[in-house]
Amino acid sequence: MRELPLLFDSVGVSIGATPLLTDLSLTLNAGAPTLVIGPNGAGKSTLLRLAMGLIAPTRGRVTWGGHQDPAPRRRAMVFQRPVMLRRSALQNVTYALEQAGVAKETIETRASALLAQVGLQDIAHRPARRLSGGEQQRLALARALARDPELLILDEPTASLDPAATRAVEDIIAQAADSGIKILMASHDLGQVRRLAGEVIFLSHGRLREHSAAQMFFENPKTPLAQAFLRGDIVLET
Amino acid sequence: MPEGLSAWQLVVSGDPALYAIVRLSLMVSLLAVGLGALIGLPLGGLIALVRFPGRGALIVVINAMMGLPPVVVGLLVFLLLSRSGPLGSFGLLFTPTAMVIAQAVLIAPIIAALTRQIVEDLWLEYRDELQAMGVPPLQRLATLLYDARISLVTALLAGFGRAAAEVGAVMIVGGNIANHTRTMTTAIALETSKGDLPLAMGLGMVLIFIVLAVNASAWGLRVFAEKRIG
Repeated sequence: MRELPLLFDSVGVSIGATPLLTDLSLTLNAGAPTLVIGPNGAGKSTLLRLAMGLIAPTRGRVTWGGHQDPAPRRRAMVFQRPVMLRRSALQNVTYALEQAGVAKETIETRASALLAQVGLQDIAHRPARRLSGGEQQRLALARALARDPELLILDEPTASLDPAATRAVEDIIAQAADSGIKILMASHDLGQVRRLAGEVIFLSHGRLREHSAAQMFFENPKTPLAQAFLRGDIVLET
Repeated sequence: MPEGLSAWQLVVSGDPALYAIVRLSLMVSLLAVGLGALIGLPLGGLIALVRFPGRGALIVVINAMMGLPPVVVGLLVFLLLSRSGPLGSFGLLFTPTAMVIAQAVLIAPIIAALTRQIVEDLWLEYRDELQAMGVPPLQRLATLLYDARISLVTALLAGFGRAAAEVGAVMIVGGNIANHTRTMTTAIALETSKGDLPLAMGLGMVLIFIVLAVNASAWGLRVFAEKRIG
């Protein structure tokens, strides 16, 4: 079953009376990475969790490749603070491979290849929870890639990393995008958005304000809110 | 303290009667921990992960059962296993098996209650990640039990401590028969009332030593495991 196009049809999410996302419609197709930006509390994480199928919309619907089954098949997600299973780095990857239904005979080879892809082959047997923040995030990426995803969702994966670790993570993401994986990623780092984005989704106050090619968005933002955000102003809705 | 001295002599001389009692006690309590774990670990894990009506009440009941008086459990198991009871045809009353069953009934709620808490806390941490990996419910349980393994040792220890220390249940269902169902605790109770203080004190020393040794090795295991798995 295919995961793309990912379709949001008039989606709303609220907790009690508080709306987190309001009347959001959008279509994501294969192609260059889509970066989700906006001030804190704009609904970025909610959008990503909907896209992953971790939460259900209160209104409207989300579909993947035309189907509505939220079980992730070829979707994977990397969280801002990934949870490391209390096992070795290698076992974290083999666990993800088992869950993805990879044949037993090939798990070992695939796991080594994935660890090499994220540059962790030399510390495969270290306990995952003893790795540095950057190494943990790379391991989380290896685990996500183990699902052989068509759609890879990342929620501010470099938010708590130093520049070197950020570079390493961005390289892996760029490489994944080049290999044909659709990236949907939240970021609060505009430099990172410029480096990675093919298109930009700008959210504020739970609403989709702009969805356009990255270059267009940066050179010619249409809404005053986006213009203010790009200037570095604090964006408050009136 | 002549009693203290002769008690010590019994312990160091490897008195066969004393060590037969120690062996039986250890076997019964360890088997009871095993049986209690077989019930308590999955039960606690399931209650942690599954939402169903009456869940809160069940948690309260299991927590309350941690404080079950051993003599009451002994009485209930006695009624179950006695000749006229529903399980009477197995002829288990006054056997070590009956003692294992009674102690397992005492221990299972402790292991279940502690497991529930440990697994529920870990689930909060793991939920998003396991959902994103598409892990089906039963495997979630297995993963959480496995990843909580260091903390769960504490739950098993609590169960072992309870089993090793109790008198009432094994006394009632075992009958305190010499060379057959006499454990350290029932022997201590008996010898004290008979006035054979050296044997009672010798057994007391061994019992305290065993409980200390088990806890020390569990602590060592924990330190080692934390270094290895983080």
